[in-house]
Amino acid sequence: MEAPARLVDLPTGATGTVASLRADQGLRQRLEALGLRPGQAVQVLRRGWWSGPLHVRVGMTELMLRRRDAARVSLAA
Amino acid sequence: MSTIAVLGMPNTGKSTLFNRLTGHHAHIGNWPGLTVDLMQAELQLSGRNVQLVDLPGIYDLRGHSDDEAVVRRFLEQTPVDLVLVVLNASQLDRQLRLALQVQQLGLPAVVALNMADEAARFGVSINTESLSAALGQPVLPLSAKYRQGLETLQHTLLEQLEAGPMAAVPEQLEERLAAADADLEGAMAALVGRSVTLPGRWRDSRSRRLDAVLLHPLLGLPLFFLAMALMFQGIYAIGVPVQEALGGLLDQFGQLALKPLLAPLPALLQGFLLEGLYQGLGTVMAFLPVIALFFLAMGVVEDSGYLSRAAYLMDAFMERIGLDGRSFVLSLMGFGCNVPAILGTRVMRDRGLRLLSMLVIPFSLCSARQNVFLFMAAVFFPPRIGGLVIFGLYLMSFVAAMLTALLFRGRFPSNEPLVLELPPYRLPTAGQMLSRAWSEVKHFWLWSRRFIIVGVVAVWLLNNLPVGVEPASNASLAGQLGRFTQPLLAPIGINPKLAVALLFGFIAKEIVLGGLAVIYGQADPAALSRAIASDVSWPQAVSFMLFTLLYTPCLSTVAVIRSESKKLSFTL
Repeated sequence: MEAPARLVDLPTGATGTVASLRADQGLRQRLEALGLRPGQAVQVLRRGWWSGPLHVRVGMTELMLRRRDAARVSLAA
Repeated sequence: MSTIAVLGMPNTGKSTLFNRLTGHHAHIGNWPGLTVDLMQAELQLSGRNVQLVDLPGIYDLRGHSDDEAVVRRFLEQTPVDLVLVVLNASQLDRQLRLALQVQQLGLPAVVALNMADEAARFGVSINTESLSAALGQPVLPLSAKYRQGLETLQHTLLEQLEAGPMAAVPEQLEERLAAADADLEGAMAALVGRSVTLPGRWRDSRSRRLDAVLLHPLLGLPLFFLAMALMFQGIYAIGVPVQEALGGLLDQFGQLALKPLLAPLPALLQGFLLEGLYQGLGTVMAFLPVIALFFLAMGVVEDSGYLSRAAYLMDAFMERIGLDGRSFVLSLMGFGCNVPAILGTRVMRDRGLRLLSMLVIPFSLCSARQNVFLFMAAVFFPPRIGGLVIFGLYLMSFVAAMLTALLFRGRFPSNEPLVLELPPYRLPTAGQMLSRAWSEVKHFWLWSRRFIIVGVVAVWLLNNLPVGVEPASNASLAGQLGRFTQPLLAPIGINPKLAVALLFGFIAKEIVLGGLAVIYGQADPAALSRAIASDVSWPQAVSFMLFTLLYTPCLSTVAVIRSESKKLSFTL
């Protein structure tokens, strides 16, 4: 089975490793500053109702991010 | 005088530390070349004069947000003797970035690892000696909230100031940061690997359990609105009786102490001071308790971490009307006062989103307007229905805000990403909350005072000029002005007296009530309500309240929207 390629596809509760960020400079800097950097493990804690944002944990930080933005985070296979 | 700049990421307790170090003597500083206000305070460290400047919370010295540009410009233009870098001790895995960037700039710095108590609870252990050796900066664990490690910090700051070189600005700031940027991630990872031990498993089971309920897909939102409803109920249950008591007290003071004192003055001047200035101000002052309670409650919600959860819960909905979770949180803050909420839109980088949020926030029924409603509702409706009327007005403000957003969504399109930190739940301490509410009320009072004084004085003058007229009669300027508006306002039931109060409400909503007190010549709330009740019917009152809700934000809000959006046409 093929591993999920993007953070947004990661099932709730599962953990993946960030491979790369396909985002413009502004978003990339913000994601990196909040700890979403290549090589970091990231876990999806829950998904918001009505296609709401993802609640994820990376390192010692918990974040919310929209699914659209989570689609820009590629995970290592 | 030496200058210490306080630098740190959002959610590190930077402002708490700043307040702990400075007491409550901070004021807004004026810095050349900066468009935003920075808080600053002067203090003495063992006899040495030091000024502390609180820089906006930023993630990255190379970042692209407005705040990040402000910090860069500040560091380029202002010679600082020392930078106090505030980091969240449990998140060093990403926050060391700022300390490393300051090191690259060659600025003398002291690193404060705040919330050390929390880090210990989560199982994070930090070797401060090795961290300090690697950074070449003193590193101190502390807890601003529980006042731990503050004396050591002051001591270290002083030591560094005395040992440090003359204040200078770093040259070629952007170039130096850019040059080192490629190695930053590696340097940070190496530093964390050497000096920080992270727990194998997330230990914050309290936040985990609370989130399971409060962020529940079905229960989350109803719980949040229930909590908000209870909060507002609580504020008014305590605040309104206090307000009434204070109003009565101030009136008695005016009647018994001030009136005899002013008796020798000419009648017109006496009337001006007592019925104009004192009554107007007194009415406004009487509702400060409600505002203080609101700020207090909002501070608890914010510092506990629940407010950022509200952004998470509401984002799906807000996205569909062209806004985002942050706009919702800011609108909620706008229920206290619109001005800080509008200032808060600075965190948005996308112009369209920011302008749309600014457009919606003024519909938040701020405490000044709320106060007019509370008063009118109490005059015209029995308590049970009064509560419903107020609730209906809140509903109206929501609907108006949503319709506005939908209407203008097309004109301000936005695809700004939304990435927010959800901090662990924290128990705010009573002292911290009180001191925060106090400083916000003080700020509010200083900001609105001049508008209010000008407003009530103007209302009184209009009522009593030309000299010799019956106050507030048709012959007075106010009467003429009121009649002038009648072709427009009479059909919706707003009589000349109410119209004049509304006109002045444009300056500040506080004046609506203060103005009514002056127009009807009654300072005591109970007497004022009788006077108005005999003059106005309840449908007229409802119309008046709706008009107050919707017609225009106060002058301070308009001023701040204008300065923040840099566009006059938008204000209209």
